Amino acid sequence: MAGLNKVVTSYQEALAGLTDGMTLMVGGFGLCGIPENLITTMRDIGVTDLTCISNNAGVDDFGLGLLLQKNQIKKIYASYVGENALFEKQMLSGELEVVLTPQGTLAEKIRAGGAGIPAFFTATGYGTPIAEGKETREIDGRHYILEPSLTADFALIKAWKADTMGNLVYRNTAMNFNPMMATAGKITVVEVEEIVEAGELDPHHIHTPGIYVNRVIKGTFEKRIEQRTVKAR
Amino acid sequence: MAVSREQIAQRIAQELKDGYYVNLGIGIPTLVANYIPEGIEVMLQSENGLLGMGEFPTEENVDADLINAGKQTVTMAKGASLFSSAESFAMIRGGHVDLTVLGAFEVDVSGNIASWMIPGKLIKGMGGAMDLVAGAENIVVTMMHADKKGNSKILDACTLPLTGAQCIKKVVTDLAVLEIKDGAFHLLERAPGVSVEEIIEKTAGKLILPDVVPVMKL
Repeated sequence: MAGLNKVVTSYQEALAGLTDGMTLMVGGFGLCGIPENLITTMRDIGVTDLTCISNNAGVDDFGLGLLLQKNQIKKIYASYVGENALFEKQMLSGELEVVLTPQGTLAEKIRAGGAGIPAFFTATGYGTPIAEGKETREIDGRHYILEPSLTADFALIKAWKADTMGNLVYRNTAMNFNPMMATAGKITVVEVEEIVEAGELDPHHIHTPGIYVNRVIKGTFEKRIEQRTVKAR
Repeated sequence: MAVSREQIAQRIAQELKDGYYVNLGIGIPTLVANYIPEGIEVMLQSENGLLGMGEFPTEENVDADLINAGKQTVTMAKGASLFSSAESFAMIRGGHVDLTVLGAFEVDVSGNIASWMIPGKLIKGMGGAMDLVAGAENIVVTMMHADKKGNSKILDACTLPLTGAQCIKKVVTDLAVLEIKDGAFHLLERAPGVSVEEIIEKTAGKLILPDVVPVMKL
């Protein structure tokens, strides 16, 4: 790597330094906008005892489900884990520790982590099991709970296009958790469908500025669809 | 006769007003999109980062990168915008969404809602439901009035772990439209062919009856 050129050419290089026991953020909503190839590379490297922060846990044979198959994840922060039988089994047996977190709170914990804010008050979850053990405060007559922010050793994300300096553009709803996670990883690795030269992306249209990004790799993607729904013709 | 899922959706659609930004949850709430009244303009928000959700795509327009919060493939309506999950929940938590429609297992006279967890059964997670009920001013809950055995789910106090406390003001069931205020359910409408007696029988929480109970217009 030279100067501000963030491009790497192998997935091994993209994940260099990722070791057992680390905390990772993994972008995506369902299977939409997940870093598919970074996940399969982690499976192949065989890193274990991982803590994953991700809205969902993939399905049995795709996304984070691939790491669950090999018992590589010990703890996961997620908002919804409904589509994964293996996940259920490992959660019920206690092999996998699960911290269910409201989706907006999860997004904000990551945003805050990347923005240097250690915690924030939110009304979400007040009076529910999520609030147990958390500091509460009444502000202007409304009750809030204190939610600590999240950061990670690695953020693994997916974008549509990058330039060589790591400026990113996402496509449609494949954006989801990726922009916040890009800001909250000590090392942020992005896989994209296309890499262009610096200067080719219109600065008005950049979603994630390159300052947050450490490594960029070009991949090819399956983009599996969970609920293919079409209208009757 | 209790009304069908489609009819519940049809009734809820009457709560939509011109110019509203609306979040529809999974299940019956999703069906509300099929009954948006003629002549009004509303924008549907999908919490995975889309404002201006359109109809389902044709086979050739299916795009894996364009889904709704139920993970179904969708399209974008005219004037749609795309954003991150943090931005999406800023809209929700910040009270910018005019109407939220979501399902529930139980509601009670205090406006508490339980919708995400049945102890001893599989826990799938709350998704965005806790954020939605905490952030929205105007929430309509849609649910079945009672379970298959006839046990009421309209209660004095929720028995299941809560999704949100003191946040629900309106409930549309297969039997009735109820408003929650002053520690009681107030019967606003009954479903066509459903007697007030049946509603009383299947409502465990305190119920206030008006002199005349209008029939739901469908």
